Amino acid sequence: MRLNVTNLACARGGFALLEGVGFSLSPAQALVLRGPNGCGKTTLLRTVAGLQPALAGEVSCPPESIAYAAHADGLKTTLSVAENLSFWAAVYGTRGIDAALEQMNLRALSGRAAQNLSAGQKRRLGLARLIVTGRPVWVLDEPTVSLDAVSVALFGDVVRAHLAGGGMALIATHIDLGLPEADILDLTPFKATIPHHGSGQFDEAFL
Amino acid sequence: MIALLVRDLRLAFRAGGGFGLGLAFFLIMAVLVPLGVGPEPDILARIAPGILWVGALLACLLSLDRIFALDFEDGSLDLLATAPVPMEGVVSIKALAHWLTTGLPLVLVSPVLGLLLYLPPQAYGWLVLSLALGTPALSVIGTFGAALTVGLKRGGLLLSLLVLPLYIPTLVFGAEVVARGAQGLDVATPVALLAGITAGAVALLPFASALVIRINLR
Repeated sequence: MRLNVTNLACARGGFALLEGVGFSLSPAQALVLRGPNGCGKTTLLRTVAGLQPALAGEVSCPPESIAYAAHADGLKTTLSVAENLSFWAAVYGTRGIDAALEQMNLRALSGRAAQNLSAGQKRRLGLARLIVTGRPVWVLDEPTVSLDAVSVALFGDVVRAHLAGGGMALIATHIDLGLPEADILDLTPFKATIPHHGSGQFDEAFL
Repeated sequence: MIALLVRDLRLAFRAGGGFGLGLAFFLIMAVLVPLGVGPEPDILARIAPGILWVGALLACLLSLDRIFALDFEDGSLDLLATAPVPMEGVVSIKALAHWLTTGLPLVLVSPVLGLLLYLPPQAYGWLVLSLALGTPALSVIGTFGAALTVGLKRGGLLLSLLVLPLYIPTLVFGAEVVARGAQGLDVATPVALLAGITAGAVALLPFASALVIRINLR
């Protein structure tokens, strides 16, 4: 059970951003991706999560093992906290949202509609979804945006508990998560130099 | 999958979910037409099948852009794409939820509106049958159009332009069923063609919609 990324090149909107990216994650390991804005962190994570094809290289991990969390939390504002989480629990075929509510400190909010949550509370709900998925590989894009210091620490604990259970985490972030054991990969050296020649061609959308 | 259907229906019924929008449009249209055309029963009875079908079609069109746009904006479409449900299943469920919240209510209220438009009594059954057979195709084709335009800001107009030509066969045969039923003629051929269009659309279009969504999410 490993996540292997070898010689990966990825592009966004026809522009090659990264090339030659390679890393490997084994159970109980976390990798933090760093790099300036626009260097391709999100694109790399979307490629790893299978949302877009790689230009070159490959991502190998067991099927259905990745839980992806993007900038947007995917919350339905008119549903309550518990309803939002229960939906994802049903989609992933896992039972019970109690542990997730407890770990992200959402128990007191469970009956409240998501539209009445603060930005930080929404983010916590979005992250609670990860616990509900029960998947071993967490791919997280800026997970701590709009979280306060207490919640960042809470989230650090959740990630640590996930790793202790044999999970893996691939995290793009600019701030310190309080995870000293996590490896750090700076994406700056992997900046693509060869322009992607497929850009702008009509067929690109279909390949 | 069932969870997704339940969620979509729940969202539709909650505040701002848009349930009843198509229905209200359909009602208003059927009430306005006699006011505009005049109260002559002969004329109304003759145009009723066409009016009711065009009304149903436009009512379906109204809520199409919500099918994927909301999920795309709040990021849940990305999350659904990485979830252990096939995208073909997701688009089929979305189409089904759209039909249950838009098409089915239209089918159920159509006889009442037929009354407003002096539709001959023998055509009521055919009106309900043709809408019941035809509106699923409207939802499935509309879902394909919504998949094509997902991610475009204000893609609603483009969506209408893309989808309306694809609705023409359903409209032609649906209205034909009612018109022939009203005159007491044989309706077997248009009914079969209408059912065939729906069956073909339901069987094939979810694959196209799923592919288009995957491309649009890149």
